[in-house]
Amino acid sequence: MLQSDWPLYEVFIRGRNGLSHKHAGSLHAADSKMALENARDVYTRRAEGTSIWVVPSVEITASDPADKAAFFEPTADKIYRHPTFYKVPDGVENM
Amino acid sequence: MYTQSLNGTPTDSDLSQDDREALVRFQARIDRDEKIEPNDWMPAAYRKTLVRQISQHAHSEVIGMQPEGAWLSRAPTLKRKGVLMAKIQDEAGHGLYLYSAAETLGVARSDLVDQLLSGKAKYSSIFNYPTLNWADLGAVGWLVDGAAIMNQIPLCRCSYGPYARAMIRVCKEESFHQRQGYELISDMANGTPEQHQMAQDALDRWWWPALMMFGPSDKDSAHSSKSMQWKIKRFTNDELRQKFIDATVPQGDRIGLKLPDPDLKWNASEGHYDYGEIDWEEFKRVLNGDGPCNVERMEIRTAAHENGAWVREAAAAHAEK
Amino acid sequence: MASTDIALTADPDPLFEYILRLGDNSLVLGHRLGEWCAHGPELEVEIALLNVGLDLIGQARLLLTYAGEVEGTGQDEDALAYLRDAEGFRNLLLVEQPNGDFAVTIVRQFLYDAFNLEFYTQLQHSSDARLAAIATKVVKEITYHFRFSAGWVVRLGDGTAKSQRRTQTALDELWRYTGEMFAVDDIDQVVVAAGIGVDRAALKPLWDQRVVDVLAEATLIRPDDNEFAIGGITGDHGEGLRHMLADMQILPRTHPDATW
Repeated sequence: MLQSDWPLYEVFIRGRNGLSHKHAGSLHAADSKMALENARDVYTRRAEGTSIWVVPSVEITASDPADKAAFFEPTADKIYRHPTFYKVPDGVENM
Repeated sequence: MYTQSLNGTPTDSDLSQDDREALVRFQARIDRDEKIEPNDWMPAAYRKTLVRQISQHAHSEVIGMQPEGAWLSRAPTLKRKGVLMAKIQDEAGHGLYLYSAAETLGVARSDLVDQLLSGKAKYSSIFNYPTLNWADLGAVGWLVDGAAIMNQIPLCRCSYGPYARAMIRVCKEESFHQRQGYELISDMANGTPEQHQMAQDALDRWWWPALMMFGPSDKDSAHSSKSMQWKIKRFTNDELRQKFIDATVPQGDRIGLKLPDPDLKWNASEGHYDYGEIDWEEFKRVLNGDGPCNVERMEIRTAAHENGAWVREAAAAHAEK
Repeated sequence: MASTDIALTADPDPLFEYILRLGDNSLVLGHRLGEWCAHGPELEVEIALLNVGLDLIGQARLLLTYAGEVEGTGQDEDALAYLRDAEGFRNLLLVEQPNGDFAVTIVRQFLYDAFNLEFYTQLQHSSDARLAAIATKVVKEITYHFRFSAGWVVRLGDGTAKSQRRTQTALDELWRYTGEMFAVDDIDQVVVAAGIGVDRAALKPLWDQRVVDVLAEATLIRPDDNEFAIGGITGDHGEGLRHMLADMQILPRTHPDATW
């Protein structure tokens, strides 16, 4: 008897046109066609979607939480990337 | 609740010295109300507690399809049939969301299912009671789903991200379950004398088991404190049970049904209802396998799993080609 | 051979009978799929089966409600669903066949979906505005059902040796019920002549092509057209439907004064 599960897929749903696909959850399916159909039945029963992506979970490469400091903290002091860093004289508009 | 059999969480005594500092940082994150995500460092005991709690919850959703599913073929109107089908389907979906949340902690669904089928994993005692008449479907929606929602709303803020997200989805979908149950039992209570009798009978049988869903009394439930510290749990069993009773008593009055507890009375000074003694011996009996339907529930689940093996194998074999 | 002595005003009203046939197909098959609840081979598959079942129960409600209005004696969807005996049911024998194993359920669904997809696609052009509107809604659902059932026929047929054997057996057993889908009678002829109904006999080659294409991919063999079992649409049903109705109708029959 097959003891292991069907592969795990991650499901991304576009709620409505104009929005990007957003992670909705995961599910098991034997193949990608089934994954798409299962995603439709599991995650869009209440008209939550207009488009679905499914991706085998093993295909996702994720950053390691241990790298969080190296990955994300160096941006913290680059406040000059944000418009509020710059002074604009009072009364200047449209900027 | 759906995870009422969690008797004690693993201790931290097996932690290495190295992990102790990490543990302090971990607790600080929890205390700051940060969410813990799957690949984050977490104490083994936190992981183990979550796997047990989430999988018990998932098993409960899946086993919980049976007592209601038994009436799907006999739903007395086509509207009720459709509603019931949609509700049971939601429960399958909730089981699936929860298995998925548990899988983020590094366990396979097949292992969790094996634990259920081998009797190693528990599920909520409530689903070992039979549904004997149509009004039971109302009582299940009103009381069982009502109690479940009471427990699940705080879980939406649980410290573990995937569990909290699954619970948000579950709560959003579950809101119709309780209302349809209350409507169903109201219609029965206000129907013919026979229907009213069925409604009262259903309430008489489901009231106490529903109260047991919240798990042992706080004084007998030592494990609560660790789960509270980790913000997996945010209210104690007795707090949630009291909230449920206070919310439910007026709902019963409103539809002319009598709750089967002679000691139930409003306590003005405390601002809540006093209630009678819960039969904890019955609770333990049912949880440990000697309830009215434990054997049947597991037989059906096991048969479904075994009869489905060739289907799962076929699809996997086809995908290989 | 067109029957000239039955008009749309005949008794029983052919249009009423015609809509009953459609509504009963949906009701009976929807009920059957509900029987899978808690018995499915995998959680995801169970959700899918119940989704198809829900669509079918929804179709049954629309169609039986309309049938009741056409009949004009005040029967609503529930009176028609719960208070008729088996002799009054007008569904195809195919849809009342018991679920069997998953292969039987999938093959039954597939054979019916392939027919239904052609049928409702054409019914969208019915001169009866209400039926045309129902068909426009329903055809979207059936398009998905066919995708689902055909997908599984391929997986099971071209899966393991065991699944192929079971699926071929299901196909061989159910094939005798497919002829009824295309067996046209007086009711059909009147309703088709009025521009309301669909000529089912003309759907056979379209259905056959659809089925044969999928069976080829599934490495399954199309059974020969031998003796077909016919009679469901005129009320001649087997044991299965009687058992099903005994269960389904018990509450309204036992408590005739109750509302639910």
